[in-house]
Amino acid sequence: MARVLIHVPASAKKGEIIEIKTLISHVMETGYRIGITGVPIPRDIIDDFVCIYNGEEVFRAKLYPAIAANPYITFFTVATASGTLAFSWTDQHGATQVQTAAITVE
Amino acid sequence: MDRNRSRREILQAAALAGCGALLQLSVAPAAATPEMMQDAVRAVIGEAPVQKGKVKLDLPPLVENGNSVSCTVSVESPMTADDYVKAIHVFNEKNPQPNVISVKLGRRAGRASFSTRIRLADSQTVTAIAEMSDGSFWSDDADVIVTLAACIEDPKP
Repeated sequence: MARVLIHVPASAKKGEIIEIKTLISHVMETGYRIGITGVPIPRDIIDDFVCIYNGEEVFRAKLYPAIAANPYITFFTVATASGTLAFSWTDQHGATQVQTAAITVE
Repeated sequence: MDRNRSRREILQAAALAGCGALLQLSVAPAAATPEMMQDAVRAVIGEAPVQKGKVKLDLPPLVENGNSVSCTVSVESPMTADDYVKAIHVFNEKNPQPNVISVKLGRRAGRASFSTRIRLADSQTVTAIAEMSDGSFWSDDADVIVTLAACIEDPKP
C-alpha cells in the first residue's frame, strides 16, 4: 500500500520508556477539496493506527481528516520483553498494512 | 409555461432560484463552529465535567502553513497500573470537522504523550482532553494563528 518508516530502538533495558516514531506515506485526502474539474475529490484517509507489542495492544489512534498527509505519529511504551512490535494502519476502505520491528530487551 | 406572467416576475423568480443555489453551495463545505466542537466533545466523553490542567497541548502560536502543524500532547500522570491515562482526544473549532485525533493509551504506555502533524483550516483554538483511569477528564487549549489554511484549498493543477 504505502511506504512506511518506523523508528524503534534496537535494544533497551527492561522497564525503560522508549520512544517510537512512525510515518506512513498517504495522501489523507479530506474530501473537502474541489478538484480542477469542479468535482469534489473523494475522501481517502487512514482512520486507524495500532501498535501491538508481543501480542498486547500498547497504543491505538483513531485518525480524522484533520491529520496531515503522510501521518506521522510518535508515542512511548515501556520495554518489557524482547520480541516484536507490530504496527498496522487501516484505511477507510478496510485495507490494512502491517509492519514489524524487533526489539531486544536486557 | 404560464404566458400571463410578466417579464419582471420571471426575472424575480430566476433571481430567487439563483440565490437559493448559491446558499446551498456555500453551506456545503462550511467550517465547524465552537458549538459543533462542544457536540463532538460530548459525543466522545459524555456528560462528564472537564477540568483545566494536567494536560499540556503544544502547538506553535503562529503557523505559516496549516497543512502540517506539529502537535504534541502530554499529560501529567505517574502511568502506573492503577493511575494512568486511558485516552487523549484532540478537537478543533473551525476545521470542516471538529475531531482531530483520538488516542487510546494504557498501563503499558510509560509516558502519556504523543506527537503528530495536524491540519488547521483557520486561526482557532485547539483543545486536548485527557481521560484518566479514575474517570476524570482534564483539558488544555492552545490558540493558533494560521496564515495559509488547509483542507479546503484547491489542488495544484
